[in-house]
Amino acid sequence: MAKMKGAVVVDVERCKGCELCIVNCPQGVLANLKSQVNAKGYPYVYMKNPDDCTGCTNCAVVCPDGVLTVYRIKV
Amino acid sequence: MDVKDIIKPENLVYERTKNLTDKALSYCPGCGHGVVHRLTMEVLEELQITQDTIGVASVGCSVLAYEFMNIDMTQAPHGRATAAATGIKRCWPDKYVFTYQGDGDLAAIGTAETIHSCNRGENFTVIFINNGIYGMTGGQMAPTTLPGMKSSTTPYGREVELMGNPIKMTELVAQLPGTYYVTRQSVHTPANVRKAKKAIRIAFENQKLNKGLSFVEIVSNCNSGWKMTPVDSNIWMEENMFPFYPLGDIKVNGELVTK
Repeated sequence: MAKMKGAVVVDVERCKGCELCIVNCPQGVLANLKSQVNAKGYPYVYMKNPDDCTGCTNCAVVCPDGVLTVYRIKV
Repeated sequence: MDVKDIIKPENLVYERTKNLTDKALSYCPGCGHGVVHRLTMEVLEELQITQDTIGVASVGCSVLAYEFMNIDMTQAPHGRATAAATGIKRCWPDKYVFTYQGDGDLAAIGTAETIHSCNRGENFTVIFINNGIYGMTGGQMAPTTLPGMKSSTTPYGREVELMGNPIKMTELVAQLPGTYYVTRQSVHTPANVRKAKKAIRIAFENQKLNKGLSFVEIVSNCNSGWKMTPVDSNIWMEENMFPFYPLGDIKVNGELVTK
């Protein structure tokens, strides 16, 4: 069966750290490193487990600020 | 395989629509307004009606909607968005017109304008964001605040004997003969976001039919007004808002949906 692999690009300066993408990611790919903040002082999300991403776009669909861009390929 | 091999233009599956401006949204982290802005703009892009659409922003948190939506927009006085939209639609019947209003605007000061526009069957789309509170002014009680819900003007919870009952605007306008499509959606999970997008799409497509007003209510969170984190506020919304404001279509193609 073809497996999908995805990647998420985070627009760090737009992210407000609401964490809705983290709870809605079925693979647990995203996480928020509370110690790192952007220019506005918000802690932003990053791909903690990039290998697990399937590119389902759930994170980008729930993101209120349009932070996430999703890429996907078949391997 | 490395992430850099996946991030290539030909593998792109989702990006922010170009119909939104590059300006950072002024809303609180986790607010549903951002999602609804994006859905509305995505629908216009998909229907290829961006150039022919005129939006009417309201007063409330969404007062600056014209800064974020890259389309022709105007900003109506408090509660009068549907009245302004009536004028625009009657002058340009072939344009797509929508209003973007919150519950303080549509259900409180603009009740008369909203109900009469719905009753006249004006041919535009109303997008109504219901978060049960006056978010912009500091979380005061709104007409849509639930019984027992705490707000800054009801610190012990809304007492129905003293403050009256919450108003269900969507059920109210569904009873009027002028509305053609009335639905209630939410944007807190990916599945609900996709359903809400379909509803907004239908609401815009209905404008071609000239059969009446399309009314889309989106039950949203107001995490700063409710004094919760965005994740907690969505759970609270599922447990408390949805039993009172059940999701789903209320009127489709001019006929009330019987459950």
